[in-house]
Amino acid sequence: MDKVIIAQNLSLAYSKDETIINKANFSIDSGSFVFVTGASGSGKSTLLKSLYGALKPIEGSLVVGGVELCGISSKKLNFLRRHLGIVFQDYKLVKEWTIEKNIMLPLIINGYEKSITQSQVDSLLKHVKLQHQAGKYPLELSGGEQQRVAMARALAHNPILILADEPTGNLDDYSSQLIWNLLEGAHEQLKTTVIVVTHHIPETIKIDYKHYHIEFGDIHEVV
Amino acid sequence: MKSFKNHISLVIALVSILFSLQVFTIVERSIDAYKENLAQNYSLVVVSQKTLQKKELLDKITTLASIEQLSPDNVIKKLNTGISKKNKELLKVTLPKFYKLQLKIYPTPLQLQRLQKELLRYPYIVKVETFSNTHDTTYKLLLLFKNVIFILSLSIVLVTILLIFKELRIWQFKHNERMSIMGLFGAPAWLRSAVLFRLAIVDALIAFGISFVIFSYFSSSAWVSEQFANIGISVIVFDKVYDSLIMLGVSMTVSVLLASFIVLGHKEEV
Ligand SMILES: Nc1ncnc2c1ncn2[C@@H]1O[C@H](COP(=O)(O)OP(=O)(O)O)[C@@H](O)[C@H]1O
Ligand SMILES: [Mg+2]
Repeated sequence: MDKVIIAQNLSLAYSKDETIINKANFSIDSGSFVFVTGASGSGKSTLLKSLYGALKPIEGSLVVGGVELCGISSKKLNFLRRHLGIVFQDYKLVKEWTIEKNIMLPLIINGYEKSITQSQVDSLLKHVKLQHQAGKYPLELSGGEQQRVAMARALAHNPILILADEPTGNLDDYSSQLIWNLLEGAHEQLKTTVIVVTHHIPETIKIDYKHYHIEFGDIHEVV
Repeated sequence: MKSFKNHISLVIALVSILFSLQVFTIVERSIDAYKENLAQNYSLVVVSQKTLQKKELLDKITTLASIEQLSPDNVIKKLNTGISKKNKELLKVTLPKFYKLQLKIYPTPLQLQRLQKELLRYPYIVKVETFSNTHDTTYKLLLLFKNVIFILSLSIVLVTILLIFKELRIWQFKHNERMSIMGLFGAPAWLRSAVLFRLAIVDALIAFGISFVIFSYFSSSAWVSEQFANIGISVIVFDKVYDSLIMLGVSMTVSVLLASFIVLGHKEEV
């Protein structure tokens, strides 16, 4: 089976004194659904940052989508990122853009046609139940609503790999279920690889999934 | 409303820069026009023992505009106390010749000194009257006026630039966030900064438009032309082609330069 991520001897750190991930080895199959858990501060977000190339490994090798991220050129990194769908823990919505424009961002970057962009955004807004907020700005929405916008943006361009950092962290049960359904849908219908950082693996999840746990700088599979 | 707020601070800064530049240009033009005016009214008087070769002198000293002999009759009339007609004729011949010299330019005191020396090199020229006292005062007054306006315009431009740099940090922060987010979704550098450059160009155009309207109004205002007419000059307050191009150029340059600062100062956050 194809591997979408291969990490060998991977170490991550923000400074020399403190390694967050220490010589981790793991690989993730293409088309799989993966939960990542771990105590707060254990390095879950840090791991995701390395996967989308915002944090360069200090040691080891990290291959994502067939591309080695150590010493990658910015042109190649941009190319890779255009095929990722990321939900950031702090959402990272553009404040001066409307909800609609925010969701459009990956479509614009990938050069989609205007008509396709619009219909795609309309359908996503419906899926995350925000069709009445399309013209509002991020700061006019609640935290949970912003999180749904971030989710819609991550799905907009049918990415090959979705990286979601606590995407239900701020949501009530009903909205959380909405998000899980979307991620499951993308996984089932489009064979998208999904990696979700979360505190609780939902009981309602119907599909096969893998579960990795981060502890003391180590990443290991929970079977 | 939101986009209005995005534009207003840079537009105001740009307009104030364009405004002080144009005011300085207008002052410079008025002073030049006024100098020309002065040059027309200003003349030297030369006393010569011989008839001057006008053509030769005009060729040699290029700043001279015209040479005109003053009739000695006035002088003689003052001495007219029982001098016979014959003696009067004799006096007319022996009396030195007086000439009024006009210049093409309004000279600086230094130019005036040189001119005087040059004229006195001719052995038959015995005296050159430059009326230098009044000339000096007028000239220095003009210079003072120009310098004051220059310092004023310069300080407005400097203060504006300082304000812009203060604002720049805020803009940098604001645009940095958007550019980082676009980068995280794989936008190439040109696309990341496109919004910023478009904003900069639009702001430059708005600032230019506002200045264009203001100065077009000034240049057609009766009150303004009356002020210039009062001191006997006519000045081009705003040349709709030449001045417009300069304004547009300055506005675009400042604005695009600022945008480039922001783009170059952009750092991706971890
Ligand atoms: N930008 C940063 N600079 C320095 N240290 C950081 C940064 N972000 C996170 N850390 C540290 O790295 C460790 C792991 O953080 P993080 O990956 O965000 O944890 P979590 O598992 O809660 O997502 C924490 O000790 C945190 O303080
Ligand atoms: Mg985290």
